[in-house]
Amino acid sequence: MSFNLLFLVFLFPLLGFLTLAFSRGRISENAAAVIGVGSIGLSAALTALLGFQFLTHPPEGGAYTQLLWTWMNVGGFAPQFSLRLDGLSLVMMSVITGVGFFIHLFASWYMRGDEGFARFFSYMNLFIASMLFLVLGDNLLFLYFGWEGVGVASYLLIGFWYKDPANGLAARKAFVVTRVGDTFMAIGLFILFHELGTLNIQDVMARAAVVWPQGSTTLTIAALLLLGGAVGKSAQLPLQTWLPDAMAGPTPVSALIHAATMVTAGVYLIARTHVLFELSPFALQCVGVVGAVTLVMAGFTALMQTDIKKILAYSTMSQIGYMFLALGVGAYQPAIFHLMTHAFFKALLFLSSGSVILAMHHEQDIFKMGNLRKHIPLVFWCMLIGTMALTALPFTSGFFSKDEILHEAYLTGHTDLWLAGLFGAFLTAVYSFRLIFITFFGPERWRKESHAHHDAHDAHADEAHHGLAANENPHGAKTLDHHIPLLVLLALAIFGGFIHLPLDGVLPHAVIADHHKGGAFIEYLPLIVTLMGIALSWYLFLKNPALPERLKNGAVTKYIGKFWQSAFGFDWLYDKLFVQPFLWLVHINRNDIVDVVITKIPNAFHSAHGFFAATQNGRMRNYAFAMGVGACLVIVVVLL
Amino acid sequence: MTEVTAIPMEHGLILAAVLFALGFAGVLVRRNIIFMLMSIEVMMNSAALAFVVAGSRWQQADGQIMFILILTLAAAEASVGLALVLQLYRRFQTLDVDAAGEMRG
Repeated sequence: MSFNLLFLVFLFPLLGFLTLAFSRGRISENAAAVIGVGSIGLSAALTALLGFQFLTHPPEGGAYTQLLWTWMNVGGFAPQFSLRLDGLSLVMMSVITGVGFFIHLFASWYMRGDEGFARFFSYMNLFIASMLFLVLGDNLLFLYFGWEGVGVASYLLIGFWYKDPANGLAARKAFVVTRVGDTFMAIGLFILFHELGTLNIQDVMARAAVVWPQGSTTLTIAALLLLGGAVGKSAQLPLQTWLPDAMAGPTPVSALIHAATMVTAGVYLIARTHVLFELSPFALQCVGVVGAVTLVMAGFTALMQTDIKKILAYSTMSQIGYMFLALGVGAYQPAIFHLMTHAFFKALLFLSSGSVILAMHHEQDIFKMGNLRKHIPLVFWCMLIGTMALTALPFTSGFFSKDEILHEAYLTGHTDLWLAGLFGAFLTAVYSFRLIFITFFGPERWRKESHAHHDAHDAHADEAHHGLAANENPHGAKTLDHHIPLLVLLALAIFGGFIHLPLDGVLPHAVIADHHKGGAFIEYLPLIVTLMGIALSWYLFLKNPALPERLKNGAVTKYIGKFWQSAFGFDWLYDKLFVQPFLWLVHINRNDIVDVVITKIPNAFHSAHGFFAATQNGRMRNYAFAMGVGACLVIVVVLL
Repeated sequence: MTEVTAIPMEHGLILAAVLFALGFAGVLVRRNIIFMLMSIEVMMNSAALAFVVAGSRWQQADGQIMFILILTLAAAEASVGLALVLQLYRRFQTLDVDAAGEMRG
C-alpha cells in the first residue's frame, strides 16, 4: 500500500460519472445504484487505507505530492497537474468520501422510483470527483478547476427536477451568484501569478512572505479577492442569497453539497492560503467580521422560516459563519475541526429532514407537522442528536468544535467577535429547538381537521400530491439503506468530537498570550447561553405557542418579523440594484447593437452574390456585349 | 516609279474599324444564329483588311500571309459553326439563340 494510489481516489467517482452519464436510460435502478454508490465506496475505502498509512507512516515533510503531468507549458507558465496529500487534504478527503458515501447510500433510498435515478447519481459522482480535485490540487489553478466543477455539479443538482421552472431559476441564481465570487477569485489568482510567477500553493506561500512586506496593499487586494471567492462559495455575506434557494434540489443534495462539503470549500481555501491572510491583518479581520455578521444575521432569519430545509439552510450559513470567525481570529485548526463536525451533524440533520419530508409525503412546512416523534421515532432521535450537536450541547461533536472556536476567539482578544459568536449560539439554540418542538412535539397539525383549516387559508399552495391524505399517519422507512447512513452519521455526530485531526504540520495554532485568561466562567458561558436559548425556545413554541402568534401580529414586531423572514431584504436589494437594471439594459438593447453592425457584412456578400448570379443568364449576346465592353476597357487602360 | 496615289493607311484602317463595328453590332442585335455567324465573318474580314493595309504600308508580305491564314480560319469557323447550327436547330427547332439559353441566373 503506497501513496501513489492517490489518483485512484478521484478516478473512481470520475469513472462512475462517465459510466452513468453514457449509459443513461439503459441500465436498471439497481445497477445505477451499485455504480453510483460503489464508486464512492471504493474511494472512501481507499481514503481510509491512505489515511491509515499517512498516520502510521507519515511521508517526509508531512506531505506527499504526486505529479501526474504538466498541464500546459506556455511562456514560463507551467501549472502541474499534481495531487498533494497532507493533513488538511486528508481531513477534507475523508469528510468528502466518508460522509459522501453515506449520503449516496441514503440517496439510493431517497431517490428510488425517480425517473432521473441514474442521472442523479452521475451528477453526484461528478460532484465528488470535482470536490476531490479541489482539495487534492497542489496548484491554485487545479483548485480553481475543481472549484468550477463543483459549481457546475451544484447547478445541475439544484435544477435536478427541471420540469418545475422555479427549480431552474434557483439553479441559475446559485450559479450566477457564486460566479460573482468566482470572478473575484480568478482576478485574485491573476494578481498572485503576476506578482509571484507561480500558482503552486506551496511556492506561493513561500514567496509571498519574501516578496511582500507585512500588510502590503497588493497582497491585501489579492487576499480580499480570494475572500470574495470564498464568500461566494460558502454563502457568506454579501453573496449569501443563493443558499436558501439551493434547497430546491433533492434533500441528499442539500445534505452533501449545500451543507457538508461544497459550501465549506471557502473555509478550505482560506485555510489553505492562510499565509497570505497572516501577512495581511486587514484581510484576516475582514474574514472574521464577515463570519460574525453572517452568523448572527442567518440566525435571525432561521428563526422566522417555516420550511424545514430553509431553517437548516440558514443554520448552515450561520455555522459556516462560525468557521469564518475562527479563521478570522487565526484559529485555523478549530475552523477545520468545526468544518468536519458540522459535516457530520448537518448531514445527519438534512438526511433526517429528508426522511421527515418523505414520511409527510413531500410536505416541508413545519407548521403542517407536529408530534412526529410518536410516528417516526428513529428519525426523531437522529434529528434530536443532530440538533444537540448543532447547538453544541456537551458530549456531542459540535460542543468540542464550537467551544474551541469561541474560546480561542476570546483568548486571542477578539472580544467583539466572541460576543457575536456567543449571541449566535443563543440564536442557534432558539431556532434549532423551535424546529424540534414544532415538528416532533405539540399537536398533530397534519390531522384532517387542521388540514382543512389550512386549506381555507392557502388552497393554491396545497397541491394534490403534497401532504398526507385524510386519516393517514406519517410512516417511517424500514430499509437498511435508510437506517445505516442515519445511524453511522448519528454515531459520528456524537463521537466525532474525539477525532484528533493531523493538522499540526499544515496549519499554525492561534497566537494566545495567556491560556488562563477569563477562567471557568468564560468557558461555561456558551453552554449557559445555549441552555437559556433552549429554555426560551421551549417557552415560546411548546409551553406558550400563543405568544409568538401574538408577536407575529403585533404592531412593530410584525415588521421586524417580516424583515427577518426575508433574510434582511437582501434579495429585494439585489433585485433592485442588479437584476432590474440588467433587465432594463437587456430591454433597450434587445436588437443588439453589435449584431446590427455585424450583420451588414453577410448582407453585403448576399447582395453581391445576387448581382453576379444575375449576370450568368445564359444569353450569348449579353456575354458578347460584356466581352466587347471589357475589351474596350482593356484597350482604354492600355492606351492611357 | 510614279508615286501611286496610294490610299492613305488611315482610310484603310477606318474602313476596317467601321466593318468591325458593324460586325460586332450584328452579333449583338441579331438573334438568328446564321446572321450572327455572318456578322462574325464580317468582323474577321475587317481584321484581315487591317493586316493587308498594314502590310502595304510597310511593304511587307506578312500582312498578306496573315490574310491567307485568316481566310483559312474563317473557312474552318464556318464549317464548325454551321455544324453547330444544324445541331441547334435539331434540338430546339429554332435558330433563335436566346431561346436556346437554358441557364437561369
